[in-house]
Amino acid sequence: MTDVDIAGVGIHPFGRFADRTITDMGVTAVRGALAEAGLVRGGFQAAFCATAYGGVASGHKVLSRIGMTGMPIVDVEAGCASGGAALMLGAGAIRAGAYDTVLVFGVEKMPKGMIRSSFFEPWQEESGLGATPAYFALRAQRLMQDSGVTKDHLASVVVKNRRHGVHNPDAMFRSEVDATAVLASRLVCEPLHLWMLCTPNEGAAAVVLTSAGAGAGAGSAAGGSVGGDRPARVRLGAAVLRSHLPGSVLNESTPMSGLADESVPAPSTLAATAAYEEAGIGPEDLDVVECQDTDAARELLSYEELGLCPPGAAAALCEEGATALGGRIPVNPSGGLLSKGEPLGASALGQVVTLVHQLRGDAGHNQVEGARVALAHTVGRGANASVVVLTR
Amino acid sequence: MAHRETAPDGGATGVAVSVREGLFTDTDPPRLLGSRCQACGRHHFPRHDTCPYCTAEGALPVELSGTGVLWSWTTVTIAPPGYGGDVPYGFGVVELPEGLRVVTRLTETDPSRLSAGQRMAMVVVPVRVDDDGHRVVTYAFAPQDPR
Repeated sequence: MTDVDIAGVGIHPFGRFADRTITDMGVTAVRGALAEAGLVRGGFQAAFCATAYGGVASGHKVLSRIGMTGMPIVDVEAGCASGGAALMLGAGAIRAGAYDTVLVFGVEKMPKGMIRSSFFEPWQEESGLGATPAYFALRAQRLMQDSGVTKDHLASVVVKNRRHGVHNPDAMFRSEVDATAVLASRLVCEPLHLWMLCTPNEGAAAVVLTSAGAGAGAGSAAGGSVGGDRPARVRLGAAVLRSHLPGSVLNESTPMSGLADESVPAPSTLAATAAYEEAGIGPEDLDVVECQDTDAARELLSYEELGLCPPGAAAALCEEGATALGGRIPVNPSGGLLSKGEPLGASALGQVVTLVHQLRGDAGHNQVEGARVALAHTVGRGANASVVVLTR
Repeated sequence: MAHRETAPDGGATGVAVSVREGLFTDTDPPRLLGSRCQACGRHHFPRHDTCPYCTAEGALPVELSGTGVLWSWTTVTIAPPGYGGDVPYGFGVVELPEGLRVVTRLTETDPSRLSAGQRMAMVVVPVRVDDDGHRVVTYAFAPQDPR
């Protein structure tokens, strides 16, 4: 089967940009990725655009602006994992031999405040059951019951990620915080305080995928590429999307009931297991991870679901300092969603952009020395969970 | 569902309207309306015709147990989208003897007064008064032995 490489990446910073449209941000990210890959018009044969709130033909609007249309452009929605879903479709099309080179990008401009999702039915909203952060809090409470996690552990995740985010020019929050201040921020839903929750925001990210043998930057005879020095390619080892299995009451499918059964695997575990198999690696091979830290407890739960530690050991891994920069397995060296904010459609591809820089060795202050194997993880409503493995 | 009760305040007519038909009974004490799969025996809430666990059709409508134990809990302090009632309110998961965990409002708004395994009983609670003056009601669980 054809191997898939990442030939270029681009990003528009994550934050709030009153003077910029979602299309403006998409253009910035797409231009960046195309420039790195040395692509001009005709250089990619299909485009997949991830967005959850962008509305009709978001991808077409971006590519129309830069005069690059005619090929199939498909908008993809899979909640927080939309970018992972788009990446899976693009990579699959290349592996199947349908295309040599595919553009995958994500764009988002989220409404402010607590996310209103069309996911909930009116009776659920009217009953007060459409309170998205409350579901995060219920998961956090269970993690405290099952894994010995305390509010101090939750605060330490925020302190770690915000410390990492200081050096990420594309992050929304670039100041350090201490645990006392985190625990003093407003209580939203016990045990989660405001600073333990990520902020929905705006941004865009783009990735050029190409078959390992040819395509972008390789001087295609059909045109579509330009000469010049290119950054090193990164191998896409796996791009896996999974949904939930029925039974778990607190998985991201947000059911109104579930079974008293702890054996149902989480969607993130399903995606990670498949991605490890596809990439031919295990969690012990990972050098750097970007994971879904929608809230501080979600990051700790992800450690267990991705196999970074055994079930029940998230608190111990956290205490060990293993997941901070300089630790055994740094998690969210970008600062995570807690620093960057979460523009749903751009979020997963933003992780991929940052990890491509890690594997190229040009991640600057937050570089994980010698990183060769990286994992990006997103999970959210649907349920949708995506796991991407990158290698060099 | 529309049952007549004594109005708790002068403004309402006293008619209670459920947020959705078919969620719970109009009895004292009330019961959640669920279903049980005839093939695998597992329970569902709200009612399903098709079992989400084994895909068998024709699940039987059942009334679920009125009591259970608390499995997870929090307090909602900011009114979520589409909600017209008061905050704060309790929010949690209660495990019923049928092996079913149900997402529910809780009557207790102080999380420090709740604990895992605590006995809980199902109740019907008002959410708001609608434009016709009817009390809109939904299901919740209340501690059986408040601590």
